[in-house]
Amino acid sequence: MWFPRLASDRALRRRAVEGPFALPFALVQKQASADRLVCLNAAAETLGLHRGMALADARVYCPDLVTAPSDPPAEARFLETLRRWATRYCPWVGRDGGDGLVLDVTGATHLHGGETAMLDDMRTRAARSGLALRAGLADTRGAAWALAHHGEGIAAPGDTLTALGPLPVTALRLPPDTVTALQRLGLRLVADLAAAPRAPLARRFGRRPLARLDQALGQMPDPVTPQPDPPHYGIRLSLPEPIGLARDVMAGTERLLDRLCARLQEDEAGARILLLTLRRVDGDSRQVELRLASPMRDPARILPLFTRGIEAVDAGFGIDQLRLEAARTEPLPAQQLGGPVNAGGPALDDLVTRIGTRIGLENVLRYLPADSHIPERGFSAAAAAFSTPESGWSSPRPRPLRLFPPEPIAASGPHPPARFRWRAMTLATARATGPERIAPEWWLPDESWRHGTRDYWRIETGQGRRLWLFHTPAAPGWFVQGEFP
Amino acid sequence: MQPNLHSFPLRPGRVHEVCGPGATSFAAILAACGAGPVLWVRQDWVTEVLNPVGLSAFFDPARLLIAQAPSQTDALAVTEEALRDGSVPLVVTEITRPLDLRQGRRLQLAAGTGGSTGLCLIPESMGSNAAETRWHASPRLAPDGPDSTALRWELIKNKTGTLDAWDVRWDETAHRLHVVSPVGERPGTAQARG
Repeated sequence: MWFPRLASDRALRRRAVEGPFALPFALVQKQASADRLVCLNAAAETLGLHRGMALADARVYCPDLVTAPSDPPAEARFLETLRRWATRYCPWVGRDGGDGLVLDVTGATHLHGGETAMLDDMRTRAARSGLALRAGLADTRGAAWALAHHGEGIAAPGDTLTALGPLPVTALRLPPDTVTALQRLGLRLVADLAAAPRAPLARRFGRRPLARLDQALGQMPDPVTPQPDPPHYGIRLSLPEPIGLARDVMAGTERLLDRLCARLQEDEAGARILLLTLRRVDGDSRQVELRLASPMRDPARILPLFTRGIEAVDAGFGIDQLRLEAARTEPLPAQQLGGPVNAGGPALDDLVTRIGTRIGLENVLRYLPADSHIPERGFSAAAAAFSTPESGWSSPRPRPLRLFPPEPIAASGPHPPARFRWRAMTLATARATGPERIAPEWWLPDESWRHGTRDYWRIETGQGRRLWLFHTPAAPGWFVQGEFP
Repeated sequence: MQPNLHSFPLRPGRVHEVCGPGATSFAAILAACGAGPVLWVRQDWVTEVLNPVGLSAFFDPARLLIAQAPSQTDALAVTEEALRDGSVPLVVTEITRPLDLRQGRRLQLAAGTGGSTGLCLIPESMGSNAAETRWHASPRLAPDGPDSTALRWELIKNKTGTLDAWDVRWDETAHRLHVVSPVGERPGTAQARG
């Protein structure tokens, strides 16, 4: 199955236009600092535009050309959707390039009333959804590709060469320069190539053209690689009448959650990110994202966590479709009930999720020990939802309870000042412990350590406060960096 | 805990306040006297950070969860949520602007529902009327040695008892709080301020 205008068809499907789009339309992508057409609709092609043409040239030919930017990732997703759809014909479906599907329909055609009826069904369905489709059916993958791209049809079983013979050599999936060279030699059709002596051809072009021919004729293997089907956790609920009350949406979400969690349960998976899409009557949609602090599949626990997000949604004229998707899942094997419970347990995870919906899950942190003498790097902060607590904290020397960016004080000399002013307070040194020399980590460049080695002093002031001062001998200066309990 | 250090550990199900330069260590000692996770709510624009290496002298920082809120309103909302939930026995919140009576009262109600202890680290003289107790904690110069963690705790507001002041010291090896008697006085008789 080949979709010759997949990208522009996809873009046009999204435009709410009655009937086929009559104006010339093209998708534009910036290539080598020039906007070029990458995909056109039929109307644009009849006007003489072609792929790879610069947008400025195309505008000269056709001033009323409608354009839109191309979106390759979305097109790949669309092809993936089509691939899932195509499994209705046979279970063995693979992608072919960026705009084709290859189906191994061996033993599946009779279910759809024969080969011709099946191709007709494919065409009807594609046309109904606004997609241009060219389908070819043959004994081998190469032959089917050739038929789909160059004159559709069905090759009779066992007689592939008759069907392929009148097609040009481009039908053999060859690189353009090889095709040009073959045409210069007068080998324009597949039949010419098949009739030509093989040894001189192989010497002239390498094995590739002959290998492609053999693949098309079924003399060399060319397997269809089906794509693995990742488990899809998406459930939708369409409503006959629009709803608007938060309570009703919650009730709908509860139904979806029950089904989604049952599916997660089958696969021993837990949802980490849940997306609830609420489609409104006016075609707009609102999304509620729920990021969970731990993988979960218990509907009774997840539902209350949605409350805050759903209450914030503007329902407009009403919501007529709900869709719940587990955008990210993690394995969650069944666990024994009872027994020792880890610290905090599920109640703490739920709390972290609820806090996360307000300030963002990445803002709920936990400290992890890090192996460094530099005071600021002696610990690291990680999102609590994605890390496990670690012990192994140790401080061979007393460390302050609070750290702040170094605040300069007026002092000189290698010994701590007897009196100094800090934060508008006059402090007198009563007892000084130190120095403790800390050298910068030369393997990690750090702007704040550019003055080199620091001599740290623990200063107990007569006023009571215990401060952590340092002196930088290389660039003489005194700074306050922390406060002890 | 020492019998003469009344009102400490703080009464659960209520929100308390502490101010002064020793407020952080007050919170750390309170966390060390309890068990279970500790939620520390701070605002992300404050440059002064907790040093978990220093905290490890009081309790295991693995018990600590930090919530970084973009503003005080969000910080209070997180605090209220956590207090109402009750799965975290101690919630410490760093306050930068004074609470009004409505905010303070909401925190009290949330703490009453969940049964957790709330502690607000407030700037000096920014207390809320709704607080159960208010403490002033300040470090003291210890006469006996350089490794001391001598602190003076003054109970400056107490809804259910008397005001008092103590000199305390945290024992890092035994993980225990000692009440120190000032020279010539019995513990608990130091003059309360205000």
